[in-house]
Amino acid sequence: MSEENVNILCQNLWKVFGPDPESVWELVNNGVTKQEILEQTGHVIAVKDVSFEVHENEIFVIMGLSGSGKSTLVRCINRLIEPTKGTILIEGIDLAQMNDEQLKELRRHKLSMVFQNFGLLPHRSVVDNVAFGLEVRGEKGKETEEKVAQAVEQVGLKGWEKSRIHELSGGMQQRVGLARALAVGSEILLMDEPFSALDPLIRRQMQDEFINLRATVKKTVVFITHDLLEALKLGDRVAIMKDGEIVQIGTPQEIVSQPADDYVSEFVKDVPRGQVILVESIMEQPPVLVGSEQNLETVIKGMRTKRVTAAFVIDGDGRLKGITTMEQAEVSLSNGLKKVGEAAQPEFSSTSPDTPLEQCLPLVADDDTPVAVLGDQQRLLGVITRSAIIRAMQSGNAPHDEN
Amino acid sequence: MWFDFPEQWVFGWEVIKFIDQVVDWVVINFDPFFSAINIGVLRGILVPLEKLLLWFPWWVVIIVVGLIGWRIVSAKFAGIAMGFLVLMTVLGLVDFAMMTLALTLTATLLCVAVGLPMGIVAAKSNRIDGLIRPILDGMQTMPSFVYLIPALMLFGLGKVPAVMATCIYAIPPIIRLTNLGIRQVDPSVVEAAQSFGATPWQLLLKVQVPLALPTILAGLNQTVMMALAMVVIASMIGASGLGVEVLKGIARLEVGRGFIAGISIVFMAIILDRMSQGFARRQPVRAAA
Repeated sequence: MSEENVNILCQNLWKVFGPDPESVWELVNNGVTKQEILEQTGHVIAVKDVSFEVHENEIFVIMGLSGSGKSTLVRCINRLIEPTKGTILIEGIDLAQMNDEQLKELRRHKLSMVFQNFGLLPHRSVVDNVAFGLEVRGEKGKETEEKVAQAVEQVGLKGWEKSRIHELSGGMQQRVGLARALAVGSEILLMDEPFSALDPLIRRQMQDEFINLRATVKKTVVFITHDLLEALKLGDRVAIMKDGEIVQIGTPQEIVSQPADDYVSEFVKDVPRGQVILVESIMEQPPVLVGSEQNLETVIKGMRTKRVTAAFVIDGDGRLKGITTMEQAEVSLSNGLKKVGEAAQPEFSSTSPDTPLEQCLPLVADDDTPVAVLGDQQRLLGVITRSAIIRAMQSGNAPHDEN
Repeated sequence: MWFDFPEQWVFGWEVIKFIDQVVDWVVINFDPFFSAINIGVLRGILVPLEKLLLWFPWWVVIIVVGLIGWRIVSAKFAGIAMGFLVLMTVLGLVDFAMMTLALTLTATLLCVAVGLPMGIVAAKSNRIDGLIRPILDGMQTMPSFVYLIPALMLFGLGKVPAVMATCIYAIPPIIRLTNLGIRQVDPSVVEAAQSFGATPWQLLLKVQVPLALPTILAGLNQTVMMALAMVVIASMIGASGLGVEVLKGIARLEVGRGFIAGISIVFMAIILDRMSQGFARRQPVRAAA
C-alpha cells in the first residue's frame, strides 16, 4: 500500500427502502431491530450506519451473505442508488452535493463498474462493448482504438475483438466487462460479485488473473463478494457485512485470527488458516542468537543450558550468516575451531514475513530446526518453529502472540 | 318507488348536448389546423406514394415483391407471394391493391411517427403510462367504424380521413409494445450504461431502443395488420382501393366482386404480415447469456 491516501470515505451511511424512509428514524433510535421495522412499517433497512475508508490502490473487499446490503452499499458509491442519510466522500468531494452534471463526469472519469451479470450489449461486438465507456464520453479515433485494444489484451481476449457477445462463454463475457471498466482509465474500480456467476474452475482462474493484473494496473478497487475464501484471497482489507451493518474490518489475517464476534468466528471456521495466516504473526526471537565473533565453546554451553538444538549466527549488521546445530558445533569444536562464525553453516531454510504458513510446511517437514525469517538484505527478523506453525494452522486457535 | 333512480338526477341528456357543443366548437375553431393536416398528409405523403406505386408496371411489382420476400423471409415464401400477386393481376385488382397499400403504408408511417415516441415516453414515466393505458384500452375496445365519425367531422370525406381513422385504430400496438419492450430491457445493462455516465438520451439511443427492437418490431407488425384491416372499413368514407370493391359487392349484392376483392385483401395481409415478421426476426439482437 502506498501513502495511505483515502480515496473513498464513507461515514454513517444509511439506505432505507420504502415509501417514506424518513419515518423510520424514530423507531431506529428506540432500538427497534431491522426485522421489526420491516414488519411494522414495511420499510427495509438495507444499509445501517456503515462507515469505512478505502485507501488508494488497495483492494477493499466487502463480504456478506445475500441480503447483507453489500450490493446496495456499492451502488451508493456511484449513486446508482441514492443514500437515505450519511456521507460519501470520493477523493474528498461529497457525493451527495454533486449535481447531475458533476455526477456524470464522476461516473465517466473517476469510477467504473463491473457487474455480476456482465451488463454487456448483446448486439455489439467485443470491441464495441469495451469502447462503450469511451464512446459515452465522446471519444473516438486512433487513440481510442488503442485504449480499447490495450484493454482487450490486458484481459486476455486478443483475437476475439470482432466476436459477438453471444458467441462467448461466461468467463469471456466477464473479461469483456472488465476490459470495458479498464479502458476508461478510472482510478476507482467497483466490482459487484464479478466472478459469482461463473463456474468454480473459471472463477479460480479469473481470481488468479485478477491478482496478476493488479501487479501492472494500479487502481483502488472495491470488491463485493459472498465468498469468504475469495475475499481472503483477493483483499488487502476485508469488511464483513451482516444485515446491513459492518461487523468487522481488517486484513485477511486479522479476520481469521481475531474474529470480532460469533458470526465471524462461525464463518472463518472452515477457512484453511494456512493460506491466510502469515509468518509474521507467529514469529519469535531465536532462543540462541549470537554474533559470529563469539566463542564457540561458550555458545555450546549456552545451547545446552537453554536446551535448544540450533544457534543463529549473525554478523555486525544483523544479517544472518548461518546456523549451527549442537552436533555441528561439537564437531567443529573438536576440529579446533574457536569462533562460532566459523562453525556456522551457510545453507539454511528461510522464509519471509509475508509468506502464508502453508508454504512453510515443506521447510519443517523433515527437520524441526526453526526456520529463519529474513527481511531485506538477509537481516534476521525472527524465527518460526514447527510447533508454532502447526498450532497456528489448527482451526479454532488464535496464533500464539508472544513477545 | 325507492328502487328507481330519481329522474331529476339523470343528466345524460345534458352531457350529450355538452359534448356536441364541444365538438362543434373544436371543428369550427380548429378548422385551419385540421385542414393543414389534411393537405399535408395528402400532398406530402399519400398522393406521391400512391402515384409511385401505381406507376410501377405490374411485373415490376411482382418481381420486387418476390425479391424482397426472398431476402427477408425465404425462397418458398417469395414464390407464394409472387403467386398471389399474379392471381391479383389476373383478377384485375392490382391497381386497387396498390391504392390500399398506399393508404396502409401512410397510416403505418404516421402511427410510427406518433406512436414510437409516445411509447418511449410511457416507458420512461410511470405517471404517463398510467394516463395512457386506459385511453389505449378504450381505443382497442371501440368498434373500428366508430372512428369514422370524428374523422369525417374533422377532415371531411376522402382518403385523409380514412388514414386518420386508421391511425387511431392501429396505433395502440406500437405504443404498447414500444413501452413494453423498453421496460423489459435487461436492467443490468441499463445499470451498466448509467454507471459509465450515459445521459438519458445516450441510454435510450445506444441501449434501450436497440435492445427493445424485437418487441418494437412486433408492435409494428401488429400495427400494419390493423391498418390494413381498417382501410377496408375506411372505404366507407371515401378511401379508394380494395375496400371500395368489397363495399360495392356488399351494396349491390354482387357476391363475386366482394369475394375476389376480399381474397385479395387476405393475400395482401399474408404478404405484409410475413414480411414484417421476417424483418423483425432478422435483427441480430439476441437475449444476453
